[in-house]
Amino acid sequence: MSSILSKVKLPYLLLLPGFLFLFTFFILPIVNLAQTSTQTPIADGDTGQYEQTFRFANYIDAFVENREQFARSFIFAICATLLALAIAYPLAYAIAFKSGRFKNILLVLIIAPFFTSFLLRTVAWKQILGEEGFVVPPLRTLGIIGESTTLTSTSFAVVLGMTYNFLPFMTLPLYASLERIDPRTMEASGDLYANGITTFRRVTLPLSMPGVVAGTLLTFIPAAGDYVNAAILGNPNSKMLGNVIESRYFRIVDYPTAAALSFTLMAAILILVTLYIRKAGTEELV
Amino acid sequence: MTKVKDATIPTIPAQARLSRWFGRNLIRIYAFFGFTYLFIPVAYTFAFSFNDSGKSNLIWKGFTLDNWQNPCGAPEICTALGNSIKIGLLATIFSTILGTMIAFAIGRYAFKGRSTSNLLIFLPMATPEIVLGASLLSLFLVFQINPGFWPTVIAHVVFCISFVVVTVKARIASLDPRLEQAAMDLYANELQTFRRVTLPLVAPGIAAAALLAFSLSFDDFIITNFNSGTLTTFPKFVYVSAARGIPAQANVIGSAMFFLALAIVIAGQLISKKTKINK
Repeated sequence: MSSILSKVKLPYLLLLPGFLFLFTFFILPIVNLAQTSTQTPIADGDTGQYEQTFRFANYIDAFVENREQFARSFIFAICATLLALAIAYPLAYAIAFKSGRFKNILLVLIIAPFFTSFLLRTVAWKQILGEEGFVVPPLRTLGIIGESTTLTSTSFAVVLGMTYNFLPFMTLPLYASLERIDPRTMEASGDLYANGITTFRRVTLPLSMPGVVAGTLLTFIPAAGDYVNAAILGNPNSKMLGNVIESRYFRIVDYPTAAALSFTLMAAILILVTLYIRKAGTEELV
Repeated sequence: MTKVKDATIPTIPAQARLSRWFGRNLIRIYAFFGFTYLFIPVAYTFAFSFNDSGKSNLIWKGFTLDNWQNPCGAPEICTALGNSIKIGLLATIFSTILGTMIAFAIGRYAFKGRSTSNLLIFLPMATPEIVLGASLLSLFLVFQINPGFWPTVIAHVVFCISFVVVTVKARIASLDPRLEQAAMDLYANELQTFRRVTLPLVAPGIAAAALLAFSLSFDDFIITNFNSGTLTTFPKFVYVSAARGIPAQANVIGSAMFFLALAIVIAGQLISKKTKINK
């Protein structure tokens, strides 16, 4: 009897420490952040002192004031996600089906750039694309870009940096789902007189959808909240929501606005992600 | 007339052959460019670790080995590196233990609240880092805990746990249940089965999860920036010095980490291949 009882309890005992930890340091902070988001400054207090007044208009103010950065965050994140998908899909396809005995080595090479600090790599892009790098001078000589055009401090550089940084997050799930496809399904499609393009469109792509969904989510979510690429590769006019939240926190000590923006960002991401998963029709993510 | 025809015949297959070669290898060519894109900044970082640059490593000034011989040459850099390693190790230990326990509970047992548990694991991964970092800092401020070393460790454990759970759970799911049944048939009790059969089989998954946790923690900037206060970590060091040019020693450390991690991964693959052959 006691053994049956302990068997029933065992999973809960295993979960307990981890979930207690996540409750204290993940759920509680989010609840606390929600509380902060409706506070207002104390009438004659110091900077950074706030009281709870349930002012939900904080959200509207924060959104209206920063709607440009908000829109930019999502546009940049969507561009970076689509670009990463366009680069990663053939890459994952080549590793899964065309690499032969080099498969494992190539997989390691996909993760390898991760091991050099991502900040170092982002700064490296800044210098590569900079005036003294090896990209701009030849392009100038060839007349592809004008004398006054720069590549750094542009939205282009920010999107390029984000695409770069999140590329492995896109490639690995794509590879995982492509690798699971039985090559005989593709052969069968060929036997039934489908050409290469039709086989890809009707067989390979649908079977790899779980990877596409997982990869785009793993790229889009961190990209939408990113501020490092915009800070290093961008200019004041390419600031994203992350930059605003960061400066509200550290430079202006405006906690309620930062909290309200954080929540709006999270809610927008969750809504988009839910719609996307519904539409793409996979529930196997978790 | 016929002569002209004859002359054109051999050129057509040559062209066709070339275009067929392109068609067949298009994806490989594309993949080659993909990998080039991935490795340009890595190669750049490595090359500039040999730059005789003085304080700011912006322009190539000449080859030197000094930076590699004296990686701690730049002020603060090794303190920052040390902090990153300490935080990374602690965060890895805690998140691997907690995450593996959760993975066994979710991967092995059907219990009430299992799907809720899955959701709770998924949520930190779906939360943007900046929100995680900002919310934790708010909590620490409410309890008047100063940001610093331990708050950073806690913050890292929060986002590492989910990745550990997902990695270990995948390994548990791929286990053949017959192996455990066989152990039980041979009169091993549950604890013995777990210790002698299940755990060794799951171990590679746990090792991979620990490696992942360490690299996530070591490389993290956003959450660290919120919760570390005045403590410097390696990514923070790079970010702060980015404005006035990063010392070449940072490139040395970044490149060294790259080769070290690559060596660990390749060694791991060789070991697993060897054990497979021995079996």
